[in-house]
Amino acid sequence: MEPVTVVESRVIPLDRANVDTDAIIPKQFLKTIERKGLGKHLFHDWRYLADGTPDPTFILNEPALANAKILLARENFGCGSSREHAPWALADYGIRVIIAPSFADIFANNCAQNGILLIPLAPQEVEELFVACRSGPLQMRVDLPAQRVHAPLQAYSFAIAPGTKEKLLLGLDDIQSTLSHRDTILAYEATRKREAPWLFQELRHG
Amino acid sequence: MAKTLYDKLWEQHEVLREEDGRTLLYIDRHLLHEVTSPQAFAGLRAAGRSLWRRDANIATADHNVPTTDRAAGISDPTSRLQVETLDRNCQEFGVEEFGMLDRRQGIVHVIAPEQGLTLPGMTVVCGDSHTATHGALGALAFGIGTTEVEHVLATQCLWARKSRNMRIWVEGRLSTGVTAKDLVLAIIGQIGTAGGTGYAMEFAGPGVAALSMEGRMTLCNMAIEAGARSGLVAVDQCTIDYLRNRPYAPQGEQWEQAVRAWRELHSDSDASFDREVRIDASHLVPQVTWGTSPEMVLPVDGVVPNPAQAPDPVRRAAWERALAYMALQPGTPIRDITVDKVFIGSCTNARIEDLRAAAAVARGRRKAGSVKEVLVVPGSGLVKAQAEAEGLDQIFLEAGFQWREPGCSMCLAMNADRLEPGERCAATSNRNFEGRQGTGGRTHLVSPAMAAAAAIAGHFVDVRELS
Ligand code: SF4
Repeated sequence: MEPVTVVESRVIPLDRANVDTDAIIPKQFLKTIERKGLGKHLFHDWRYLADGTPDPTFILNEPALANAKILLARENFGCGSSREHAPWALADYGIRVIIAPSFADIFANNCAQNGILLIPLAPQEVEELFVACRSGPLQMRVDLPAQRVHAPLQAYSFAIAPGTKEKLLLGLDDIQSTLSHRDTILAYEATRKREAPWLFQELRHG
Repeated sequence: MAKTLYDKLWEQHEVLREEDGRTLLYIDRHLLHEVTSPQAFAGLRAAGRSLWRRDANIATADHNVPTTDRAAGISDPTSRLQVETLDRNCQEFGVEEFGMLDRRQGIVHVIAPEQGLTLPGMTVVCGDSHTATHGALGALAFGIGTTEVEHVLATQCLWARKSRNMRIWVEGRLSTGVTAKDLVLAIIGQIGTAGGTGYAMEFAGPGVAALSMEGRMTLCNMAIEAGARSGLVAVDQCTIDYLRNRPYAPQGEQWEQAVRAWRELHSDSDASFDREVRIDASHLVPQVTWGTSPEMVLPVDGVVPNPAQAPDPVRRAAWERALAYMALQPGTPIRDITVDKVFIGSCTNARIEDLRAAAAVARGRRKAGSVKEVLVVPGSGLVKAQAEAEGLDQIFLEAGFQWREPGCSMCLAMNADRLEPGERCAATSNRNFEGRQGTGGRTHLVSPAMAAAAAIAGHFVDVRELS
């Protein structure tokens, strides 16, 4: 996983609430057995017209915002299914930071696994950023170590859980670190097996 | 100290807790399906890792499988590759799988309770948000992403943070013709799709205790539509009766021991909740969604709302978008909305009780000529067999409905079952998002009885008024 530290980029203002994972990556692209290559299908149904050409009215197709890494949206971003294809598509497209008043729980977890920093700001602060975006592309600097967001006329602090922050800063793989607790897990299992043996039933195979 | 059901389940599964509150949680049951697992198995293979505990895992193919002639295989090559990849991964790693031709195959959230693979007191995860369903059995169940699927396969644990406690207290009992689906839609209408975000949502009160296990599963299934990763219902006699003699439920002495432990799985009477919502079930009427989010829901006697009356600008914009997408005018009575297709199925409403409710409406009637297609898709092979033993399939066929093989089908249209652009559907599934049932398709969420009634009338009607 690619670490996140400081991200400088223009902002893509996606002025919608409850953007769901079906919209982020429609189901026809879930049939892949790979993690890569989903960026071109990000927001597919909003981004392309019926004939497959880009819809010029959709914000992602704004030429001045090509290669932007920061997405700005409204509340409850990422609601819906648990598909990790949503953060895979966002990451593959190049999005590293999403700013919104709130995020859906499972989506937030999935982003942390894929090097995408989610920044919850107050609705009023998000509104100020949307207003700022109306007068042309907004350049922004997101500083994860300092937990600060800088726009030309605004700056905000944001909260992040220490574990998530460290994981993003270092690009850590969870499995490796969990396996370092091997003995603790085995001890837990041994106790549970005595208390609740029915949880450790063998399944009939074959 | 008094504990909630969620507190108890959480504590029983804490392997270790870090200073910042991150907890390593032990996972008892891991359900796998073809869409969210291939990259996880690939990750294990690439890192040379093996499964921590093979028998905690169980797999089935449900999202991509055809609902017509199974013997013919899957014609879409990408769907086929995904299903074959699951078969191969399960073989290689020794995971028990109910393959496409196994009669126990079905939607993962239908088959696990049905087989007794989900038990009270378990932690249950799956790469699928509707894992919340299993909370109906007093299990802590939630959806995870693919990286977490890989993590569970390799470590039998997950890193998580404890949610806050929320209780939905349901007073009164549902009246005849009003179901758990109507109840949960009304709850979502009341608290919004983000109303449960950050909470574990326990459903309790007389209105919940009176529900069957099927009804409780429908409730918990849609907890995620209210923003909560997990839904919960306390264990009671109904839960225990449901599980007795299920294939994977404990037997003999172990059954007795398990039942004693399960009887503790309820919130203490003096436990406190961070948020409590009350709803009275006794006056509830059947619900129909009108928009593109489950919170956009109305009683069947309602009219499509006017965005000018939305409570705030963000919602006003959302309502305008939804009306445009759904091609509806403010002020239109819900009953005047006609449907092109009807879908009775999904992990929300494809259990035997749901099919019985739909069949009770369809019995002796015919679908309206204007309705192009009515799909009835049982949740599992065993539900299908049960329905056929009861003659429900014949009732559906005589009504002009189609009787299909089990799977997710038109809930998300990954297989061949889908809406064409502009088509309008009464669906018993859980999401009415734009394009969910097919690009440009328009979905109205309802109960199975209401879906069957719409199929007969050609438009929405209050099922209680069908004579
Ligand atoms: S039936 Fe629908 S919601 Fe349920 S698991 Fe399948 S696709 Fe998901």
